[in-house]
Amino acid sequence: MFDISLWDIVRNLLLAARWTVLLSLVAFICGGIAGLAVLFARVSAFPWLRRAMGWYIELFQGTPLLMQLFLCFFGLSLVGIELSPWEAAALSLTLFASAFLGEIWRGCVEAVPKGQWEASSALAMGYFQQMRYVVLPQAMRLAVAPTVGFSVQLIKGTAVTSIIGFIELTKAGTMITNATFRPFTVYGLVAVFYFCLCYPLSLLARRLERKLHAAR
Amino acid sequence: MPLVELAAIWKSFGQNPVLKGIDLTVEEGQVIAMIGRSGSGKSTLLRSINGLERIDDGTILIDGEKIGSKDADLRTLRLQVGMVFQQFNLFPHLSARENVMLAPMVVKKASRKAAGALADAMLAKVGLSDRAGHYPDQLSGGQQQRVAIARSLAMEPRVLLCDEVTSALDPELVNEVLAVVRQLAKEGMTLIMVTHEMRFAREVCDKLVFMHQGRIHEEGSPAELFSAPKTPELAQFIGLVEAAG
Ligand SMILES: Nc1ncnc2c1ncn2[C@@H]1O[C@H](COP(=O)(O)OP(=O)(O)OP(=O)(O)O)[C@@H](O)[C@H]1O
Ligand SMILES: [Mg+2]
Repeated sequence: MFDISLWDIVRNLLLAARWTVLLSLVAFICGGIAGLAVLFARVSAFPWLRRAMGWYIELFQGTPLLMQLFLCFFGLSLVGIELSPWEAAALSLTLFASAFLGEIWRGCVEAVPKGQWEASSALAMGYFQQMRYVVLPQAMRLAVAPTVGFSVQLIKGTAVTSIIGFIELTKAGTMITNATFRPFTVYGLVAVFYFCLCYPLSLLARRLERKLHAAR
Repeated sequence: MPLVELAAIWKSFGQNPVLKGIDLTVEEGQVIAMIGRSGSGKSTLLRSINGLERIDDGTILIDGEKIGSKDADLRTLRLQVGMVFQQFNLFPHLSARENVMLAPMVVKKASRKAAGALADAMLAKVGLSDRAGHYPDQLSGGQQQRVAIARSLAMEPRVLLCDEVTSALDPELVNEVLAVVRQLAKEGMTLIMVTHEMRFAREVCDKLVFMHQGRIHEEGSPAELFSAPKTPELAQFIGLVEAAG
């Protein structure tokens, strides 16, 4: 058996953690952009679009992330679209994030009082002007804390991509365990890594929540 | 030609008919006060005039032009008709000055400088020059309502609709807002206001409109209506209000 030092374990986990971070970032940014589209569809004037987007959201909120990942990875290959583990991971997490972020943001837009829409209508502002200058600035304030909170869920969610062989933190942990037979040490370290990524964000979300609630 | 002409306006909410054939003409410079019991349809009528409620039937003419229900029509309409609400509805993320500047900049594409100058003039008009940089939650109700009036005036409407603009205010703040409205009336602004301030209505308005169960039950000069109401409903309403006040 090789002699693998603690430092070797940490170093390998650190290298793998880069992929966890990268995957989280990609999913958050792409999911955020797609989430904006989901948001606008959900608050649009067209009932059919609102309903269709409602189903999209139900689909992603009502099934396990793992199933979504399998569908992207194995399902798409059945119809001839071969994705690498990285592509499948990024795609499924992006879709997942877009549904959740879109729904979080819809709640924030709808929390802006009706009087704000009426006052801006009475000033002859059009729909996009109302959104841009009156509603979204207020909704954004409400959205910051839950959005940061969701990013924590997303980082932890990246762990499931280890199942399809994408080498991020969890998968690296499994591989190192297989080589070292020291599961407690390795998974303990993996947990510490996740904690170091997530805890600052949780803290930030809580502080923002308190701050923005106190402010106007 | 009347500035605002409403003909046979009908409006229901579901099965509940709220406006049942309203005819009303408002001349340029006239001040109209609408009174009536809660639920008689005053707010709904006011909101129909600037398209916040979609009417089921009837026509609205502004300056002789018929207003349709297309979005573009509604925006043309709202350029002519301003509205001030009971709950002020100031934009909480903007200062008083920015509240007034927003619509001229966004809707009329005024430059920041022009809009700023306009906002300063409007805030001066409502006596709030010294509060320009304050945010709505730093202002009293009366001050917020005056900013809301300034915000409407900045769009230079031909008619201003006021829906119970003092009803949400503490009694000691009512007069500062009424003073602004009175000044507007004096300057010749066309006003249609729903109000429970009978004394103010009697002093300031040219025409009093009494709404009852979705219809205009009685209208005329305030002196006539207050001293000799023709219908028992109005007599009772005036009695009630004066007993309460
Ligand atoms: N959005 C709505 N949906 C359903 N019903 C409504 C709506 N708005 C008003 N109504 C109903 O229409 C009727 C007239 O309401 P409106 O607000 O016009 O009365 P009002 O004369 O302004 O009364 P108040 O003095 O209480 O303000 C009421 O019976 C009310 O319940
Ligand atoms: Mg009302």
